[in-house]
Amino acid sequence: MHNKSVAELSRELERGEISSVELTQQFLDRIKQEDGRFNSFITLTEEQALADAKAADEQRAAGNATPWTGVPFAHKDIFCTNGVRTTCGSKMLENFVPPYDATVTENFRKAGAVCLGKTNMDEFAMGSSTESSYFGATTNPWGLGEGEKRVPGGSSGGSAAAVAARLVPAATATDTGGSIRQPAALCGITGLKPTYGRVSRYGMIAFASSLDQGGTMARTAEDNALMLNVMAGFDPKDSTSIDRAVPDYTATLNEPLKGLKIGLPKEYFSDQLSPTMEEQVRNAVKEYEKLGATVKEVSLPNAKLAIAAYYVIAPAEASANLSRFDGARYGYRCDDPKDLMDMYTRTRAEGFGTEVKRRILVGTYALSAGYFDAYYLKAQKVRRLIQQDFINAFKEVDVLMSPTSPSPAFVQGEKTNDPVTMYLEDIFTIAVNLAGVPAMSVPAGFVNGLPVGLQIIGDYFSEARLLNAAHQFQQVTDWHQREPQ
Amino acid sequence: MQWDIVIGLEIHVQLATKTKIFSGSSTAYGAEPNTQANAVDLAMPGTLPVPNEQAFRYAVMFGLAVNAEIERRSVFERKNYFYPDLPKGYQTTQLERPIVGPGYVDIDLASGETKRVRIHHAHLEEDAGKSLHEDFHGMTGIDLNRAGTPLIEVVTEPDMTSAEEAVAFAKKLHGIVTSLGICDGDMSQGSMRFDVNISLKAKGSETLGTRTETKNLNSFRFMEQAIAHEVERQMDILEDGGTIVQETRLYNGDRDESRSMRTKEEANDYRYFPCPDLLPVEIDDSFIEEARNSLPELPDARKARFMDQYGLNDYDAGLLSGDSKLAAFFEEAVSHGKDAKLTSNWIQGEFSARLNAEEKTVADSPISGAQLGDLVVRIADNTISSAGAKKVFEALWSGENDNVDAIIDAKGLKQVSDTGALEAMVDEVLADMPDQVAQYQNEEDPKKRKKMLGGFMGPLMKASKGQGNPKLFNEILVKKLGG
Amino acid sequence: MTISRKDIEKVAVLARIRVDEEQVSALEKDLGNILDLVDQLGAADTANVEPLAHPLDAVQRLRKDEVTETNQREAFQAIAPATEDGLYLVPRVIE
Repeated sequence: MHNKSVAELSRELERGEISSVELTQQFLDRIKQEDGRFNSFITLTEEQALADAKAADEQRAAGNATPWTGVPFAHKDIFCTNGVRTTCGSKMLENFVPPYDATVTENFRKAGAVCLGKTNMDEFAMGSSTESSYFGATTNPWGLGEGEKRVPGGSSGGSAAAVAARLVPAATATDTGGSIRQPAALCGITGLKPTYGRVSRYGMIAFASSLDQGGTMARTAEDNALMLNVMAGFDPKDSTSIDRAVPDYTATLNEPLKGLKIGLPKEYFSDQLSPTMEEQVRNAVKEYEKLGATVKEVSLPNAKLAIAAYYVIAPAEASANLSRFDGARYGYRCDDPKDLMDMYTRTRAEGFGTEVKRRILVGTYALSAGYFDAYYLKAQKVRRLIQQDFINAFKEVDVLMSPTSPSPAFVQGEKTNDPVTMYLEDIFTIAVNLAGVPAMSVPAGFVNGLPVGLQIIGDYFSEARLLNAAHQFQQVTDWHQREPQ
Repeated sequence: MQWDIVIGLEIHVQLATKTKIFSGSSTAYGAEPNTQANAVDLAMPGTLPVPNEQAFRYAVMFGLAVNAEIERRSVFERKNYFYPDLPKGYQTTQLERPIVGPGYVDIDLASGETKRVRIHHAHLEEDAGKSLHEDFHGMTGIDLNRAGTPLIEVVTEPDMTSAEEAVAFAKKLHGIVTSLGICDGDMSQGSMRFDVNISLKAKGSETLGTRTETKNLNSFRFMEQAIAHEVERQMDILEDGGTIVQETRLYNGDRDESRSMRTKEEANDYRYFPCPDLLPVEIDDSFIEEARNSLPELPDARKARFMDQYGLNDYDAGLLSGDSKLAAFFEEAVSHGKDAKLTSNWIQGEFSARLNAEEKTVADSPISGAQLGDLVVRIADNTISSAGAKKVFEALWSGENDNVDAIIDAKGLKQVSDTGALEAMVDEVLADMPDQVAQYQNEEDPKKRKKMLGGFMGPLMKASKGQGNPKLFNEILVKKLGG
Repeated sequence: MTISRKDIEKVAVLARIRVDEEQVSALEKDLGNILDLVDQLGAADTANVEPLAHPLDAVQRLRKDEVTETNQREAFQAIAPATEDGLYLVPRVIE
């Protein structure tokens, strides 16, 4: 049962082969049994899940089912869930139970899906390894046999590990600089970061507002399409969400790929990429050629500046976004503050972890008097150059392909003491967020027994085409079906 | 040494929208603490702002009313600082691209001159909540009902040179925003708050002095006092050879004192940057035209109309047209009372005095324009004397009765204007006072004679039980006494 | 580009984060490294390039002025660190 996809489980529920209550109980049991090894969940909502499952079975019986009715899944703990603790991986929100839902949460609720719990993540989504969580690191289900524990990537490492370990068939995630694609790659699953503005950010705790985007994680592209059908759409509560019709993303999965023009950005096949990783990615591209696609080299000349621009813009926005965590109205407050200043400075020093504080300080510095032009304004100009690179590339090709990460899953603790080395994990994913275009990571092979991800980048609002390309690849490969031991 | 005073104003105007600038929470004043502070206003994690169209419409109307350019593309920025009444830890405001560009307002001065005060710009922003510093076990209480109320901040050029000019400008602006209906103008509730920038320079000098900012003045009187106080303070320092420190000061109107608001630990560094949760707002021609078409009559136009339609002089028309509620009161009164000059006198006299004495505004007046108009009718047609009219006004104000004629009847205030009856009374009184009559007739000085007439009035009023028309008594007396 | 201890102390006050002496040293190194990374931006030719704040060239949609929120004080204050008489309580400002 746990190996089945959302599409398969949905069909079985539809045919009455299993009830949602049974299904939910099986997954809950599996989480309780297995997650001790991965720590992929921060909160398990057993009671609520079973109640929702019961309601879903009633909905099905009444003939009011959607494809999601009764299907279990999990939310990254960055999406606010009414009545369920939402921590964002931080001590600051250790006991925060929002009295409201994120729009994404509400959408899944309306679709009848059964949320089993909230998944682990880097604190406030700042990280590439899910090691900065206040609730402990998440362990990648892959590579466990080696005696060393490996990271699942981040920041959505809890969702990725849970899906890879078959604890849930699907999980929501968010991506600010690669936080869906990199963990999807490192855990051997499929993930999609939609176009900026495609999925509402309301109730999704902000890291960097102009880069954050909610998205999907599952083992198959088809399941990602099913998720996006629920998540995508205009939200009057999010000023940056886009009012544009949402297609049925499953409807075009089977379109043939003949004539698809693939571009390989030469900057993403550079020395930073190990030859073994490169080989896997090039093999994947060859599969696409077999499916009728054509391949050419393209250039994203400013891509090399993406990390630098990102590490100004994201911390700057974060420094303001995280000011609301001040101990006054909700969340953590330090013990016995002696005055207001003391409450602020100790609450924030104690409530935030090292990486979050580092980024707030960098962002504060970049915006402070005398540096605004040199840092923030300059970074926004570079951001336009990077966007222009993508616009130019999509004049020539339909999609871009590259490795998702420079290397497979690394050992826990290896990069925690060197923030800059950690930042380079996102070297191939960050430009996509700056430009706001959609991108996926699709399992495309293994190196030393560890999964390798193929990144597929599309033009604005081309999610259907990306899912189609990923789905067709998954019809001729089985990388996405491999199960960690 | 002689000094020139240089004054610029920053005015926060609370917009009279139903909901907040970035959320659908009500802005009604006076609700229980935090009952109008919802997820967005409380800066709950993940919540996002969506701007209120009406706030933009009001800002555009304001811009048009002060002859300003409307920016077609305005941008919200975050102004970062921590304070418990600021839930997000930043104020969403406009800096580089405000909605209202440069404009101007003309003000009338007591000298009869008109002066132009330039407006630098006006921008939209959100108000903060309120801190209540009463004792909560040594803690401060925070009410966030006001947080997110839309404001326009109007920034003038430093064009004013005296407290009189600054107050005239402030009153004019008050008249404009209340006439537009974009602000209730209630200064006691903080609907309009004035910050005054003041500096001094040597008379005739081109070089501006260092300025101070006195914050949050919430009445015209306090504003006038605060300016006088600050000018004097700066003058004392400069004349003692000292220098002015650029700082923000807080004025205490009750004590006529001010103090510096500088905090020691940090120089402000607000780290403004464009708010990434909001997109640029584009205002198109049709939006502006719609706003232009919805503009009501503004004080300047109203003043001209009052002079033309009611024959009021410049001074009276200016006084009655500035405040839209007072203007409406006047027009209601005059539609009943007919006599515009007499109506104007009563509004500026008894009515205004009474409002001031009880610290009320026209809106809280217990008597209506129609009632005052009815009263004016009875004064004009000699039904009651001015002394009687004051009694009627009193009864209306206290709510004793709401009908002018009923009060006149009940109190027996109706004057006797029957000339025959009055003449008979005069004859009787004169017959009883032969000495005084002789004295009068022997007096040559017209001034003294006029004064002596008063001596007959007391007995006459007594004879008529207070109801004789004093004006007619006077005329008859003069005639009977031979001029 | 290096960042001085004084800069770090100033920024920590602006950001309202207490930083101890020994943390300043670690931050000096880490933030210095991050700023070195960021300094690559200096190499880009951005003359005549408009800054990009949002990836899509969208404009702001405006909301109708209608009350959509109801009083939920009880729910919000149930998760507050300290309240009394409907007010949020915070320590006094000591100037």
